[in-house]
Amino acid sequence: MTEINELMDVAPHPASAPSGIAQEAEIRYYTASQFQLMWWKFKKHRLALIGTALLGFFVFIALFAEFLSPYAPAVRTPNYLYGRPQVLHFVDAEGKFHLRPFTYALTAAMDPKTFLLEVKEDTSEPWPVYFFVKGDPYAMWGVIKSDRHLFGVEEGHLHLLGTDQLGRDILSRLFHATRTSLTIGVVGLFISFFLGLIIGGISGFFGGRVDDAIQRFIEFIRSIPTLPLWMSLAAALPRDWSPQRVYFTITILLGLLGWTHLARRVRGKLLSLREEDFVVAARLAGSTNTRIIARHLLPSFLSYIIVDLSISFPYMILAETSLSFIGLGLRAPVISWGTLLQDAQNIQAIALYPWLFTPVAFVIISVMAFSFVGDGMRDAADPYSR
Amino acid sequence: MTRYLIQRFLIMIIMLAALSIIVFITIELPPGDYADRRALDLRSQGMTVTQQDLIAMRHQFGLDRPWFQRYFTWITNIVLHGNFGVSFGMHRPVADVLGERVGLTVLLAVATIIFTYGLAIPIGIYSAIRQYSLGDYVATIIGYFGMATPSFMLALILLYFSVMVFNNSVGGLFSSQYAEAPWSWPKFVDLLRHLWVPALVLGLGGTAFEIRTMRATMLDEKNKLYVTAARAKGLPEWKLLLKYPVRVALNPIASTIGWELTAIIAGAPLVSFVLALPDTGPLFLRALLDQDIYLSGAILLMYSLLTILGTFLSDVLLALLDPRIRYGERV
Repeated sequence: MTEINELMDVAPHPASAPSGIAQEAEIRYYTASQFQLMWWKFKKHRLALIGTALLGFFVFIALFAEFLSPYAPAVRTPNYLYGRPQVLHFVDAEGKFHLRPFTYALTAAMDPKTFLLEVKEDTSEPWPVYFFVKGDPYAMWGVIKSDRHLFGVEEGHLHLLGTDQLGRDILSRLFHATRTSLTIGVVGLFISFFLGLIIGGISGFFGGRVDDAIQRFIEFIRSIPTLPLWMSLAAALPRDWSPQRVYFTITILLGLLGWTHLARRVRGKLLSLREEDFVVAARLAGSTNTRIIARHLLPSFLSYIIVDLSISFPYMILAETSLSFIGLGLRAPVISWGTLLQDAQNIQAIALYPWLFTPVAFVIISVMAFSFVGDGMRDAADPYSR
Repeated sequence: MTRYLIQRFLIMIIMLAALSIIVFITIELPPGDYADRRALDLRSQGMTVTQQDLIAMRHQFGLDRPWFQRYFTWITNIVLHGNFGVSFGMHRPVADVLGERVGLTVLLAVATIIFTYGLAIPIGIYSAIRQYSLGDYVATIIGYFGMATPSFMLALILLYFSVMVFNNSVGGLFSSQYAEAPWSWPKFVDLLRHLWVPALVLGLGGTAFEIRTMRATMLDEKNKLYVTAARAKGLPEWKLLLKYPVRVALNPIASTIGWELTAIIAGAPLVSFVLALPDTGPLFLRALLDQDIYLSGAILLMYSLLTILGTFLSDVLLALLDPRIRYGERV
């Protein structure tokens, strides 16, 4: 990558450089590869670093969902329906401190005045929480079979984010949903990526009438109110399809959503780079078209493409969430952020069971993290900002 | 200018025609056709429908003709007679079902646009003049949050707080005593009193984006020489700002009204659904879920019409603001 170091062109004359450590730093700066320069610049953007850390956290959850979640996503705790989040205690009823956290058994009783179910902690019976506890069996990534979970209880139950109407653990479901939602985003992104690259490439490479037609087509697509259209398309999927097939189709639909922006970018870059001196030089030196595209053109706008991808990722996630939220997207037993939020659709749910609401936090945090990272990468990829 | 207007108008008509084809395709997509639906209806009323009846029905409705002929019938019925077909779910003509609700959707979209720009322009100016002040930081943070949160989730969050904190719901567009009442001045005032909530929810994302655009352009412009020159001549500060940099900064903002409207229309059905607004949104969702295709198709067509009309208007507005565009130059 060193040969396409664009910053070399704008470097001041080395004769004016100061001596000693400063010079060494300067040498390091001027001999750094393009991606090294980007990383240095990216590191200065504090919000982007926080965003990267958060995204790493989400990816970690998505990768090890089975192990990290205390229960299997479909397992029910029949006597704890719509259960509130349980609290971890370190200090027991007598005021004694325990290093091992524990939670209390819960008793439910009807309030004689309001007729609402009142749940109280039964402080006489602590349920200690253990690491690497034996629980529901699972096969991670369909391969590694185990029944150990990162944390959990041996007696009683532990629902840190409460349970839903069937008594399923929301934390565990949220972890599994993270995997689904992120995968959909990534796969959808790849589809957009290839469409954008190919269509934008054709548009920019051939130019002229083909370019005109493709550009008008893109303008047309962008003037469609996308979400309603996608809702209509999703609603047209046959009802008797299996959830897996719907999952697959929705992912492809979402992939068709985001390519226009990228196609424009690729086209614009190709059109302007075609005439650059280094391309002309390569052509005069006898390089083939393939070599020019692969060796010279692609690397010089790859960074822009990566930035665009990171910016359009949130739209994928949000589109999936919106579609599933209203019941047009993924269907049970597939769990995603959107399907989880279906339970929090109405006022009653919000007022009585506010813990059903936690997936919202996941969605917002992940989308914000992506915007931060996207911002940081955009600044870093711009060779003219120092 | 006239030439430009005619040109833009023709493009708009072509766009509309293309969009209507797409809408027609989504109507045709679900398995089964209108004859199957009718048969199902008739059977549920205890009548027997034979294979011959089905074929006869298909012929009567013209379903045995090729798709472009059917498209042509469908679109001419809409354009010439205002006939959008029949809603399967409600057993009524689609045009009747939509009626008043369309007006509310348009009103909501317009209110959101006004809200978006009414907030974004002054806040953007403030953010740029008092860069790195407390207010600027607050605006930036709200901006990030607003752009990251899809409008339907914002609606959920708002509902959550209104229920948990204020113990009263923000849903709906009318107070209960006006919901079924005929239109009157007090009803309209009541509507305005409710309208700001969905407008806020729908507009926040756009507002955040426009604030950032306004701020960025203002920051570029405010240190330019012509501003210094005007200041040296002794113009009062606020007059100077409004007269020079703000006018320049308004351009990129005006050019995005079309996009803004597309985003608002796209987000509106979900927000209306969450906040239980009596406009086309909940109707659209129910029609989609029931595969009530003529109804959902009509609403989709209406959304498309609104967006394209909005884009057209923003193009005209931009041409008024910037003479270069009128003569076919790109900015």
